[in-house]
Amino acid sequence: MMKRDECLKVLARHRTDEIVVAVYKAAQEWIHISPSDLNYTFTGAMGQGSSHALGLALGRPDKSVIVLDGDGSLLMNLGSLATIGNAAPKNLVHCVCENGTYETNGAVPIPGVRRISFAGIARAAGYPKSYEFDKLDDWEREVGRILKEEGPVLVDLKVEPGEEYPEDFRRLYSVEFRDLFRKALQK
Amino acid sequence: MELKADNIIREIKRAGIRFIVALPDRVTSEHLLKPILQDRELKVVQVCKEDEGISICSGLYNTGQRALLLIQYTGLLDSINSLRGVAVEGQNPVCMMVGLLGKEPDVAPTQSKRYGVRIVEPILDAMGIERHLIEQPEDIMKIVPAVERAYERSAPVALLIGREPR
Repeated sequence: MMKRDECLKVLARHRTDEIVVAVYKAAQEWIHISPSDLNYTFTGAMGQGSSHALGLALGRPDKSVIVLDGDGSLLMNLGSLATIGNAAPKNLVHCVCENGTYETNGAVPIPGVRRISFAGIARAAGYPKSYEFDKLDDWEREVGRILKEEGPVLVDLKVEPGEEYPEDFRRLYSVEFRDLFRKALQK
Repeated sequence: MELKADNIIREIKRAGIRFIVALPDRVTSEHLLKPILQDRELKVVQVCKEDEGISICSGLYNTGQRALLLIQYTGLLDSINSLRGVAVEGQNPVCMMVGLLGKEPDVAPTQSKRYGVRIVEPILDAMGIERHLIEQPEDIMKIVPAVERAYERSAPVALLIGREPR
């Protein structure tokens, strides 16, 4: 099991100019760990991160898009795996921060906790490649290569809460920052 | 009075739309979606559930692309929370073309014998979502201004298809 913030710090060290869509706890941590106008956190409803990411990936095939999804969130929009598998955007890396709980909503376990294979479901839904990581060293060694792979790729990151980060709902959800994203993407 | 599917597709293109995000609807599948699937000027993204489409359209908008969500009214009803959070509160101009399956010809949606059809317009009104009924041939000319207005306001719009286009 990896501490989520340490796992995100590894990803941040390999980030160049990718769009990063992030939801819930991962979003609250990511905006501090890798601040950028290309962070897209304006997903509006639980489960929708992967679908926003697909729209971004199809609209800008020249840009790489990473989504930091949650396990509870993905379970709410499992059909998006089939949609993404079918649309087959080469520029999409779909990371699932699998903490086994609805952490933001009281840390109640998800159904099928630690029994569901998100990597397996993704492959069955048409993702050409999927990976699982539960050790930071393995993730550190592979992340650079995975970010360069032809997508869609799913990466299941088995995490637990790490350090606490201050919550900033205004940064996550305000239209002002969404518009900054749009401007940054035009550059 | 027939709704010409060709004219609807022409107006969709004239509105600058290049992506159609769709889940098949009996009202529009045969004469709108199937020709659109063959149209090289339009890229179709098929979704498994309509709320995905609201977010895909929003992601596309935020890259500068225009999209249309082609669905049945049952899918709109199923997507209320995404419409609320993604389209309305998120100020994303999600343009929806919504088939009113079972609406009787030349009967106002609110007067339909179908409960599901009757509640569509009141729900959109309660959510503050602009709506237009596309049922008569001249209604097709509402499409371009409605889409333009959605992008100007950065707000969603629903184009309700009142009879099967041919």
